[in-house]
Amino acid sequence: MTGLVIEALTVAFGRFTALDGVSLAVDPGEVRAVIGPNGAGKTTLLDVISGITKPVSGRVMLGDRIDLTTRSEAEIARAGVRRKFQKPSVFPALTVRENLEIGCGPAVPAGARAARIASVLGEIGLRPRADIIAGRLSHGEKQWLEIGMVLAAEPALLLLDEPVAGLSDAETAQTAALIRALRRPDRAILVIEHDMDFVEAVADRVTVLHEGRTLYEGSLHGARSDARVIEVFLGR
Amino acid sequence: MSGAVQTVLAPPAGPARRAVRDPLVAGLVGLCLAVAVGLLVARPAPYLVNALGQLATFAILAVSLDLVWGYLGILSLGHGLFFAIGGYVCAMHLLSHGVAVTGVQPDFVQFMGWKSLPAYWAGLDHPAYALVLALALAGLVAFLFGLASFRSRVNGVYFSIISQALVYVAMLLMYRNDTGLGGNNGMTGFPLLFGWPMGSPGVATGLAVAALVALAAVLAGTRLLVGSAVGRRMIACRDDETRLRTLGYSTTRLKLGIWCLSAMIAALAGILYVPQVGIINPRVLAPDLSIEIAVWVAIGGLGRLGGAVIGAVLVNGLKFWLSTAMPEAWPFILSGLVLVVVLVLPNGLLDLVALRPRPNWLRRSR
Ligand SMILES: Nc1ncnc2c1ncn2[C@@H]1O[C@H](COP(=O)(O)OP(=O)(O)O)[C@@H](O)[C@H]1O
Ligand SMILES: [Mg+2]
Repeated sequence: MTGLVIEALTVAFGRFTALDGVSLAVDPGEVRAVIGPNGAGKTTLLDVISGITKPVSGRVMLGDRIDLTTRSEAEIARAGVRRKFQKPSVFPALTVRENLEIGCGPAVPAGARAARIASVLGEIGLRPRADIIAGRLSHGEKQWLEIGMVLAAEPALLLLDEPVAGLSDAETAQTAALIRALRRPDRAILVIEHDMDFVEAVADRVTVLHEGRTLYEGSLHGARSDARVIEVFLGR
Repeated sequence: MSGAVQTVLAPPAGPARRAVRDPLVAGLVGLCLAVAVGLLVARPAPYLVNALGQLATFAILAVSLDLVWGYLGILSLGHGLFFAIGGYVCAMHLLSHGVAVTGVQPDFVQFMGWKSLPAYWAGLDHPAYALVLALALAGLVAFLFGLASFRSRVNGVYFSIISQALVYVAMLLMYRNDTGLGGNNGMTGFPLLFGWPMGSPGVATGLAVAALVALAAVLAGTRLLVGSAVGRRMIACRDDETRLRTLGYSTTRLKLGIWCLSAMIAALAGILYVPQVGIINPRVLAPDLSIEIAVWVAIGGLGRLGGAVIGAVLVNGLKFWLSTAMPEAWPFILSGLVLVVVLVLPNGLLDLVALRPRPNWLRRSR
């Protein structure tokens, strides 16, 4: 079982401390939402987990053996971590199918890819668009394609950075259903989102980040009645 | 022959159809082979044979740059280095071969007051060894430079500048007379090619045909590569390298592999070029020559292998013609062409025929 354990993570950009001793544990099978105002450090947290940013101190353990802070992006991905970026990051010059093919990762043999791509195309609802250049997709379709790309690798840890940003209400509901369907006993999911209804629909627990620190951890219901959380969200 | 090439270029079954079908490349491969056959059958005037052969080597060089620039987003402003490595090793072979057959030492050996060629020239009279050495040396230099750059994530304009510095340093080195490689005069006066007198029409035709066939092979091979799964990873890396890494791919390995391949193709162009012009000197390492290669590619159409060929042939064809008609005007004409392309046709001359939509990655600052 590979959950995620983050211990006392501190990240600095020059003299600015973006994350200040953040600790967080996501169990396998859990969907955790990280919420917080803009600039709270949510994306930075995912940057550290996926190896793009190196922390000043702290550890990020995947399972009980691998410290992700010592690994490269590609090694982290090969250990079963996949991330959907805040700005939809698909390869615009390749088709939907080709994007998913790359999403399967280098380890999946060519023979096994076709079946996996077909099933992911069904899950993300882009089967009719499979041979379209990704650059021509709508914003919502790009969001789904990117979710499909990270799904195609069957990740043990899935990181989703604002997966419903810029989506219509109907698209948001569809995406929530999709993410609920991704829950598996051997998979931990960490999702960053502003949309509280969406968080309520997908997450088991929430972590509230504010100015690089953990402000609250527990149920969304509890967060809504927490005095400090209310202050931060109303005060902006 | 062109039937076989058509089969090679035919789209495979499955999802990759769009990427593999490329009528422009198929047409150019056919054209190269047809011209090669034409040279063998019709025996046109020697200057025309020679010009066609040289154009083919420039086109190979342009394709090698387009492979890394157009498909990986790595702009090398030092590809003249790999071209020169091929050219210099080829010249060493030709001179060694001449010494082995005629017993006369080359000019620069006599000029330096030496009795014979330096020891490290040993064995270069064997053509197979010379060929392997040229390609391996280009590959090795590219590997070391690429490893150092890509591992420390030197990208974009920084990489371009360093590659330019590299070719400049190589030029300064080759201007030295004590390297045993001809110094500032370079190497010339190649007497024989495979035992045949260098100036004979048969040799000229053979060289031009070899260059054309090599161009056809390089085009077909690189087209297959960019249409393959590796090619799709190259395009992905060009457009969003971090994204590709976070999907589990080692982009350093990908870039390094293609970079070395590109260097070896450039060296092949140099190997074919030197016997056709009969000389190599440090001028091929001049920074402006390396920049010119990028100009050919940009003018023809970046990211389309056929565009690189068209750009190289067009610019150099024009240069052949104008540098005899009005040599002092050439730099101005070339600059004018660059301006027109940059301002009006950002994707090169292929814009004119609108063979492709404009890729917006070109304009995105990275
Ligand atoms: N690469 C960087 N260099 C400097 N500052 C950064 C960098 N990345 C993020 N920051 C800063 O860190 C803070 C947290 O950013 P981020 O993690 O993107 O916030 P969130 O995703 O919660 O909105 C912001 O103030 C942002 O400006
Ligand atoms: Mg963010």
